[in-house]
Order: sequence, then C-alpha cells, then structure tokens
Amino acid sequence: MIDNQMTWYMIVLSALLVNNIVLIRFLALCSFFGVSNRIEVSLSMGMAVVFVLTIASAASWIIWYFLLVPLNIEYLRTASFILVIATLVQLVEMYIKKTAPALYNALGIYLPLITTNCAVLGIAILIIDYRLGFLNSIIYSISVAGGYTLSIILFAGLRERIEMAPIPEALKGAPIIFITAGIMSLAFLGFAHLFGL
Amino acid sequence: MNNIKIFTNGLFKENPVLILLIGLCPVLATGSSMNDGFGMGIATAFVLISSNLLISIFRNFIPNSIRLPVFIIIISTFVTIVDYVMHAYMVELYASLGIFIPLIVVNCIILGRAEAFASKNTVKSSLIDGIGMGIGFTMAITLLGAIRELIGNGTLTFFGRELFNLSTSINFQPVLVFIMPPGAFIVIGFMIAGVRWMTKNKG
Repeated sequence: MIDNQMTWYMIVLSALLVNNIVLIRFLALCSFFGVSNRIEVSLSMGMAVVFVLTIASAASWIIWYFLLVPLNIEYLRTASFILVIATLVQLVEMYIKKTAPALYNALGIYLPLITTNCAVLGIAILIIDYRLGFLNSIIYSISVAGGYTLSIILFAGLRERIEMAPIPEALKGAPIIFITAGIMSLAFLGFAHLFGL
Repeated sequence: MNNIKIFTNGLFKENPVLILLIGLCPVLATGSSMNDGFGMGIATAFVLISSNLLISIFRNFIPNSIRLPVFIIIISTFVTIVDYVMHAYMVELYASLGIFIPLIVVNCIILGRAEAFASKNTVKSSLIDGIGMGIGFTMAITLLGAIRELIGNGTLTFFGRELFNLSTSINFQPVLVFIMPPGAFIVIGFMIAGVRWMTKNKG
C-alpha cells in the first residue's frame, strides 16, 4: 500500500521491487510476454511505458480532481480515463513524430500498443484509490514503469537463454515462459515486507 | 457456421485463455481461489455478452472510422454497471477483485470479440458467441482458481461454502506459494502445457 505519508524513496522502492507491477501485481502481462524476445526491444518498450504511464497518470489525476470530483460525476471514471489515455497517446505519437523523429523511431510502434496495456489504466485508477498528491503520483508512476522495465529486461535475458535449452515437447513455447515468469516472481517475492512495505 | 459451432468455439477450440492466451492479467491476478475466479469470470462474461449484443444491434449505424472509441464507450458503460452493482451487493468479492473490476474495460477478449465477431455478425450469433466465450473464460479462470486453492490452501470454497478441506481430512500440508503470485504463473504454464499435450495426442 502506498500513501501520502510515505517518503519518496519508499514509494520508489515499493513500486520498483516489493510490489513489482508485472510479477507481483499481474498488470501489463500481454506486452510482458509479447515483446520480451530480445533485450534491446524490451528496453525500448520499457522506455515507452515510462513515457506513456507518466503522462497518462498526470492527465488522469488532473481530470479526476479538477473535473470529475467538482462536477460530482465520479461514475464516469473508467470511461473518461480510457478515452483520455487513448486520445493522449495518439496526440503524443503525432507530436513526437513531427518534432523528434529519432525518439519516434525508437518508441513509435510501441506507443499504440501501450494504450491497451492494462498497467496504464490500472495505475491511473490506483493513484486515485490511494489518494496520492500530484507529485507523489508522478513519482509512483515513474517507479512503477521502472519496475516494469526492470522485470521485462531481466525476463528477456532469461528468454534468450531458454531458446537454447532442451525443453520437453509439451512445455515448448508459452508454457515454459509462464513457468520461468513464475520462478522470477518467486525471486521478487523475496523482497516482500522489505522495510515493512 | 451453425450456432452450436459458434458456441463450442469459445469453449474449446478458441478458448480465450488456454488457447489464444489473451486477457491473462485478470486470470492470473484474481484466480487465487475458486470463488474469486468464478466471480471474475462471471463479471467479465456479463460485460462480454452485453457488449456483443449491443454492438451487433448497432453494427450498421456505427461509422467504421470511429468504431473503436464507440466500442470502448459501450464496453466501459457495462463495466461501470458491474462495478457499482458488485460494490453494492457483493462487497467481499468486490474487495478481493479490487482494480481488476474497472480493468475489465481493457481486457483484450472483449474488444477482440467486438471487433472480430459482433461488428460483423447477426444479433443472435453474436449473443451465442458472447455466451460461449464468456463460459470458456469463466471455466479457465475457475479451474485455475480451484487448482491454486487446492494446492495452496488445501480447501475448495464456492459461494462462501467450504466444499472440502484436505488439510483436516488427509492431513495435507498446503503449499502456500501457490496462492501467492508465483503460483499463478506456474499453474497456468502447466495448464497450457496440458491442453497442448491433449490436443496433440488427439491428432
């Protein structure tokens, strides 16, 4: 659990390791399994997630506290967040395509993918549920995305090794990948209750 | 395709979880007991069936260029209904499913079926497709929950009633890790392997 009383480095530690978004909280699994073939690709994906998640959380925070709450229309949360996030990602994509082609080439194809990434909407909802302030929300979003990047890069490293390993016929492909993720999750479970988090 | 084929398609041949491997986040996160898994399955199935129905009714009126936002609005309406109804009548289940209730809106199964099936087919077959896929999803998540609960807790509970308890009847020592996050990955891995092994042996 995260709250406003926590210092910033506790929030970072919690989001990065103890409550790792992929391996402990089960968000963003599609892209975690989908684009973790190679380390370089995983790194770009991770960077794109950091980028989108931070912007999306900031936008959702503003919409919630300056629009939905004052107007008493909290029930529109799910609908408005998903629409805003989808539109925002499109806008950002168009903007960086125009102004920063190098960045676009690095992140380009991953940006639309991330819109459907449940981590983005999940974190936008979580920062509201935890009642975080604006600055804490940003810190939390960046560190959650950092946790995602960390685990997907480690996982890509493992997968590159798995390709060369002898695996029973029935376990080839998806099953062994899930089991590997399970063992990695077991390792991350070792961080549980670190500093009382 | 006849109706029975559409129906069984979602159950076995194109089971969203075990064959297509989509919509995994809620499956792994909430399938830690049979009860939670079943609750999540039914909530998702409800949204899937209702959105399939509504989208197929309006499929000729939705302009092609803005179909995705329209689908998302329709889906999120039903998700909000589920969210509020569950919060009012099933507080315990609502608390244990947590943010995965609003996250039904980004479940790829629902948008996938809207795009691939409901927007192209008649109301009747879209309804059947929704029911088939919904049951297929519920089946997979309940099975995962049951296996994890059985190994990790030694019990099997359904609607708050304990069906049996291994740790008292045969003195079984539960393996706690199976109801924790790693157990989900490991059990689903072996479930998929089992399905592949069976389909391969069938030829």
